[in-house]
Amino acid sequence: MTTTHVPATDPAGESGYADHPPRMGFFTDTSVCIGCKACEVACKEWNAVPADGLDLTGMSYDNTVGLGADSWRHVAFIEQRKPMAQQDPGLHHDQDVLAMAEHGSATQPPAAGMTPTTPGSGDDFRWLMASDVCKHCTHAACLDVCPTGSLFRTEFGTVVVQEDICNGCGYCIPACPYGVIDQRKDDGRAWKCTLCYDRLGDGMEPACAKACPTDSIQFGPLDELRERAQQRVEQLHEAGVTDARLYGDDPGDGVGGDGAFFLLFDEPEVYGFPPDPVVTTRDLPRMWRHVATAAATLAAGAAAAFLGGKGR
Amino acid sequence: MSGKDANEGDPASRPAREAMTGVATGRKRKRGEQPVVPDTEFTSYYGKPVINGPVWKSPDVPGYLFLGGLAGASSLLAAGSQLTGRSRVAVVAKTGAFGAVTLALVALVHDLGRPARFLNMLRVFKPSSPMNIGSWLLAGYGPLAGAAAASAVTGKLPRTGAAATAGAALTGPAVAAYTAALVSDTAVPAWHDGHRELPYVFVGSGAVAAGGLGLLAAPEREAGPARNLAAFGTVLELAAFQRMERRIGMVAEPYRSGRAGAMVRAGEALAVAGVAGAVAGRRSRIARLVSGAGLIAASALSKWGIFEAGKVSADDPKYTVVPQRERLRKREREGGAA
Repeated sequence: MTTTHVPATDPAGESGYADHPPRMGFFTDTSVCIGCKACEVACKEWNAVPADGLDLTGMSYDNTVGLGADSWRHVAFIEQRKPMAQQDPGLHHDQDVLAMAEHGSATQPPAAGMTPTTPGSGDDFRWLMASDVCKHCTHAACLDVCPTGSLFRTEFGTVVVQEDICNGCGYCIPACPYGVIDQRKDDGRAWKCTLCYDRLGDGMEPACAKACPTDSIQFGPLDELRERAQQRVEQLHEAGVTDARLYGDDPGDGVGGDGAFFLLFDEPEVYGFPPDPVVTTRDLPRMWRHVATAAATLAAGAAAAFLGGKGR
Repeated sequence: MSGKDANEGDPASRPAREAMTGVATGRKRKRGEQPVVPDTEFTSYYGKPVINGPVWKSPDVPGYLFLGGLAGASSLLAAGSQLTGRSRVAVVAKTGAFGAVTLALVALVHDLGRPARFLNMLRVFKPSSPMNIGSWLLAGYGPLAGAAAASAVTGKLPRTGAAATAGAALTGPAVAAYTAALVSDTAVPAWHDGHRELPYVFVGSGAVAAGGLGLLAAPEREAGPARNLAAFGTVLELAAFQRMERRIGMVAEPYRSGRAGAMVRAGEALAVAGVAGAVAGRRSRIARLVSGAGLIAASALSKWGIFEAGKVSADDPKYTVVPQRERLRKREREGGAA
């Protein structure tokens, strides 16, 4: 439980690990993501995460939809009528649009950024892809509210569920400001990314980072990643890609900074991220104070009900 | 960490990392690069929720919120009735409190994904988790309420019964109030943003229910305190609710619209009607019975409505994104350049 905005960058130390390895995390650089979903597959394979059905959503190439108990990596696809700096999107409108339309499109035109039937104007088009994952927050709401101690902080500063302890109360699920953790229906317990705790213990990088063919997912000590990410943003800005910005890298934000942070090209909410997440337990001291006052108010009201009443 | 993979390679050996997305890769663009900052009301990812909403089931959890309030406030009514010699109300309030907390516990365990592991709640003591504190509260309050009820019904061990009644009256208000922290301590917009007022709404609602229970049981000469308690609860609940809605702005919408809003409104109307009926028909046993039942239903409706409104606010990304975006803009305006 925290009340302050003091930037904390050593959650493992604060959790009582005297001698611990550096805080490890992910830097997901979406500028080089190609949307191959190898991260999703590698994660499922390594962690034996069950299948969760196949829905054709019409949300561009995204049929995973979001993070959950059975999706610990999720690649988002966003189609926009916006230029990607000086990149040529390769769209040419001298084709027979009607013939293409007859071919059909899975995405309903109003929902699609650009389809054969709604080709958009000029050649402004960009296709953003981003692989989402648990943020392993410095101030983790899921961990704070877990009533059993099933969720814990590892020596790497990450947040992991002990599945032999979890009793499926579900409190962590609405507590997470990012919508990461969820309940596995047929099992009852809550599941999420472990940042491959088992692999880290053996000095290996997490399965998703290992599988990523473009190094969009980078794993390493968080300090190093933050430095590298800063350089990457500057590099992109110099090259004229001024949309590039970091998300979750600031230890002064509402969750004390993310252990897994991102380089994005648009506002966070475009990717389904909360623009200004705050760990809910930041307000808990005030909640407890109001609970105490309310309880006292009830007791006083009840006493008054006996004292003040006429009609005995 | 020392690892083969983990520290593998310097950035220079990984050319993909340096790929220049968006930089002239062939044909020229007509328009130059322009800084694009969308000014739209709010954007989202295909309208999908930002947070994962509560998986808590109905009637388990709204029932739990309602029964906790009923039990806690009833224990106060029981203690007061015992002190002032209103024996009929005392017995009913004690048994009602114990019945309610027992049902609440059943609902809570039933809602768990792994009910057999319920006792894991008590393997730690954790003030950062209202659910953990609530479990400890119930572990203390439940047996007290049980002992008070058992003594009242059987007439045995009156001293122990009186002590248990006092203990239950001391812990009862906490049981009625803590559930507000339970729901507020989440990222669910309508619950979290209302965290200042919800405890008062919840104890008010508990007083309405307990007053209703007292009215159901009370003969005419014992009914005064129950009526007063219901009136006090109604005023407190309505006032706190209104204050909350004014303060949290658009996030309060789910409390006033749709199915959830209808439940909240019906609960408020029923509470007011119940108090009015109890006051107007104070000489009539029928009026007491109808008002009492109405007041209990009013409390249940309001807890159900609050529960459902929270789920609505979690499912619509608007309630997550818009207030956070506004907060960011305000911070920027105030010069806190991030």
